[in-house]
Parts: sequence; structure tokens; C-alpha cells
Amino acid sequence: MSTPADHRATEAPPILRLEGLSASIAGQQVVEDVTFTVPATGITALLGRNGVGKTSTLKAIIGLIDRSGSVELDGERIEKEATFKIIRSGVGYVPEDREVFAKLTVAENLRLAERDAAPRRQLVEDLFPDLLARSAQMAGTLSGGQQQMVSLARALLNTNKILLVDEPTKGLAPKIVGEVAETLAEAARTVPILLVEQNLHVVRQLAEGAVVLSGGRVVHTGRARDFLDDADLIQRHLGVSADAAPAGKPAGNPVEKGAAL
Amino acid sequence: MSTVVLLLFTGLGLGALYFLVAAGLSLIYGLMGVLNFAHGAFLTLGAFTGWEIARRTGSDNWGTFLLSLVIGAAAGAVFAAFTEFVLIRRLYQRHIEQVLVTVGLSLAAVALFDGIWGTDPVFIKGPAWFKDTTEILGARIPNDRFVCIIAAVMVLLALVFFLKKTRYGMIIRAGVENRSMVTALGIDVRKAFTLVFTIGGAAAGLGGVLASHYFGYVSPMLGGSLLIFAFIVTVIGGLGSLTGAAIAAVAVAVLQQFANFYLGGTGDFVVVLALALVLLFRPTGLLGRTS
Repeated sequence: MSTPADHRATEAPPILRLEGLSASIAGQQVVEDVTFTVPATGITALLGRNGVGKTSTLKAIIGLIDRSGSVELDGERIEKEATFKIIRSGVGYVPEDREVFAKLTVAENLRLAERDAAPRRQLVEDLFPDLLARSAQMAGTLSGGQQQMVSLARALLNTNKILLVDEPTKGLAPKIVGEVAETLAEAARTVPILLVEQNLHVVRQLAEGAVVLSGGRVVHTGRARDFLDDADLIQRHLGVSADAAPAGKPAGNPVEKGAAL
Repeated sequence: MSTVVLLLFTGLGLGALYFLVAAGLSLIYGLMGVLNFAHGAFLTLGAFTGWEIARRTGSDNWGTFLLSLVIGAAAGAVFAAFTEFVLIRRLYQRHIEQVLVTVGLSLAAVALFDGIWGTDPVFIKGPAWFKDTTEILGARIPNDRFVCIIAAVMVLLALVFFLKKTRYGMIIRAGVENRSMVTALGIDVRKAFTLVFTIGGAAAGLGGVLASHYFGYVSPMLGGSLLIFAFIVTVIGGLGSLTGAAIAAVAVAVLQQFANFYLGGTGDFVVVLALALVLLFRPTGLLGRTS
């Protein structure tokens, strides 16, 4: 079985290495003996049916839930560190369902996320001009798409070694999905991303590698395109037909947009 | 009319004391999910410390009174910080153990206070102005009520300023909403935990000194008796809401005073009834979180 890193193995060591990672919530095992690596460049998709442990894997990496096993970030073991220290060591986390602070303003949400001595405010303002105009607005009153922009902006304010992005297009209108995908593609120019995403159009558009989970275990790793082109694999591991991930150029071409992150 | 005004100001004075206890309780629960049954002990220690200052320095002038407020608040703050750092920090997410430890600490503290200051109430005197009255709309209001009200308003304003205008205040507000997301932004939320305990303890210690002047005495049970109503205020106001605590403190105390006077001493019963109604029809409290 090849890993997403294999085709770039000679270029650089993986930025993230999980070995035998298991995790539980309230005593119930949700991730079981997961082992995979994330390359130091590009986007790796973490795929699987609902409830297989994708979100739990991301949470286990940063210690938001109880876990065992080995987690190595840029060559350093981090599984014994507290969540805030893991984040400070260079992890940007964009959670499922945005999790903006509803009773804080947009500006406060962003200020809270600043951890670098020189946070990249200008970059965030350039990427999300709408947020600048709404800086005094309570984040809870924003639309879902705007909240996702806040969530992404919080991660992009700082220089990271990796971004963990959990279902960024969930529940968003198609136009906003395209904008989010563009932002991720731009971000991926300078920082590797481990992306949990149900929308296979977006996965095909963005991801180079794919790790597939089933029942809390890794059942497939390899190139994203190879996986998405295999109707049998898609049906078996995701429970959807290949029509959900059609080949061809999707709306918007994020990689052609200019600004580098 | 004068009776209504007197009851109103007496209720506001008592509400001020409830608020000073409930503010800390509410923030501690909102941020950390800790039901702190030892909070009354912070108040009692503040009251006894204030009484010691008054006794040793002469209690009839404003200088020593203000000093007793500062030292009482400091005693409550130190006790609370110690409690969080030594006992609570190891028990986050373990709610049963938290309840056992804080209940145990409150009992142990009362026993300790009994041993140091005795079981009988000790009486306290403040500046002579406290026992004078001020006439408002025909009602003669004891001046110590105004001191309690002014102190509580100043504490409320200071807390609002702190929560709205400082980074730690922002962290606390965010933590009340979603603690794990705060840590997922790289923030060591434990520092905020200790800070909130310390601030809550300071407010309770200050409330202890003021309560001793409001009631005219200090006893080891003083904190426990106020804590019951502070918990009711916290639930009615909405766990985690400072503004809710302020509104509920005034509402509960005024309701209590009016029911005691007009409904044959049923103030405590009416307050518990109000709590039941809130829990039935608005379980999250007046300004509490909805989830």
C-alpha cells in the first residue's frame, strides 16, 4: 500500500506522521490504530463515510480528545503536549462547524487567534475584505459562509507548519464553496493541509493525496486522483457512486489565483 | 409609599451582596463548568479578615473601613487562587469530584473559622455614618445600604471593563462560549481559570466585609447563608452571564424583601418558587447560553 507521501518521498520528509493513533470520547473508541503521513507540501484529503472518525482524528492530533499512539510534527513528538502548546508549535486548526465565538465581534475573534509576534493581518484583509467591513459585527450574526471565512482567517493569521481543516464547505452555498476552495488552494502554496472534506468535487479540485478511513481505521492511502477515479473504491469506502466525484474542471480554478500565503 | 421605598433600597442593598457572590460563581461555572460550593468560604474569610482589620485599627473611620475592604478582598482572592491552583486544577472535567472537593472545603473552612474565631457571631462597627439614615421619599434608609449598592455597581463596572477591554477579558468571554476552541487557538486557558477564580474570590471577600456591616456581625456561617441565594441568583441570571447575575441579584433580593413584608415572611419560599418557574419555562436563565 502506498502512502500519500510516497510520490514525493524523495523531496522532503512528511510534516505529520501518525503511528498507531487511537482515540476515545467518553470511553468509546472512535479512532483505532491509525497510521499515515502527511507530506510537507500540498493538500492531503482525509476521507470516509460519516462517523468513521475523521473529525476525531484531527482532534486527536491536537489533543482535544483522549488519545494514545505517536504523533510527530516536523520530526518532533507532540502527543504528550497540551493542545495550546501543539497549536503554538505551528498547527492551524479550522474546526467543523466553524466554531466562531458568537458573542465576540469579528475583530475580537481574529485578535484572539493572533499568536505570532507579527500576525499576517494584511494578508487576511486582502483575502477577506468583507470581514474588514464587518469587524465590529458579532460573529454569531454572520452567515455560514462569513463565519467560515472568520474560521479560516483565524488559522491563516499565523505562520503554521500544517493546517488541519475540517469540512470547510459543509452547509455552504455553491458560490461560497468555490471561494473557500480558492482560499485553501492559495494557502496550500505555502503550508501543507490535512483536509477533511465530504464534497468530492472539492477533493478532486484540491487534494493530491488521500487517506481513507473506515470504522476508525485507515483502509486506503494513495493519490487522491487515483482513488477518485476508482468507482469501486469510492462505492466501497464512501458509500457513494463515482458520479459524486466527476472528473473534469470544477467551477473556479483556485490554483490560478495570484496571491501567495 | 415610604415602606415601598425602604423595602426597595433594602432589597437593592441585599441584592448588591448577592451579586458580589454570584458574579464569581457565574463566571467560574461559565468558564470552567465548576460548581464552586466553597465560594461562601471566600466570603466568610473576607468578612473575618475585614473584622480583624476593623478591630485592630479602630473601626469608626473611613480609612480603616476602606482598608478592611481592600484586605478582605485580597484575602478572598488569595484563598480562591489557592483553591483553584491546589485543588480544582487537577479535577477539570471531573464534575462529581469537583462537587465533593468544594463541599468538603466549605465544611472544613467553617470548622477552621469556628476554631479561630469561635462559633458565636462577632459584632462589627463601621463609620458612624453607616448607622445614620438618609430620607428618600419619606423613607429613612440606613446608609450602609448605599455603601453596598455603590460598591456592587463599581465592581460590576470594573468587571465589565475588564471583560470588554482587556485580552484576558476577551479570553474569558470566549472561554465561556467554547473553552476547547480557545485552547485550539493556542491559548493557555488555565491562566484564565486561575484569574477568574481570583477575581471571583476578591468579589466574594469584598462582599464579606460589606455583608458584615449590612448585618452588623460576622459568623462562620455567614458565607454559607448567602451562598444559597447566590446560587439561585446565578441560575436565574443564566450561568456564565455577569449581566444576568446583576439583574437576577436585584430581582431576587427585592422580591424577597417585598414577600417577607407583604406575604407574611415568605420571602425565601417566593424566591425558591421563582427559581422553579425559571427552570421550568427558561431553563437557561434570563441571559444564559441556549445550548
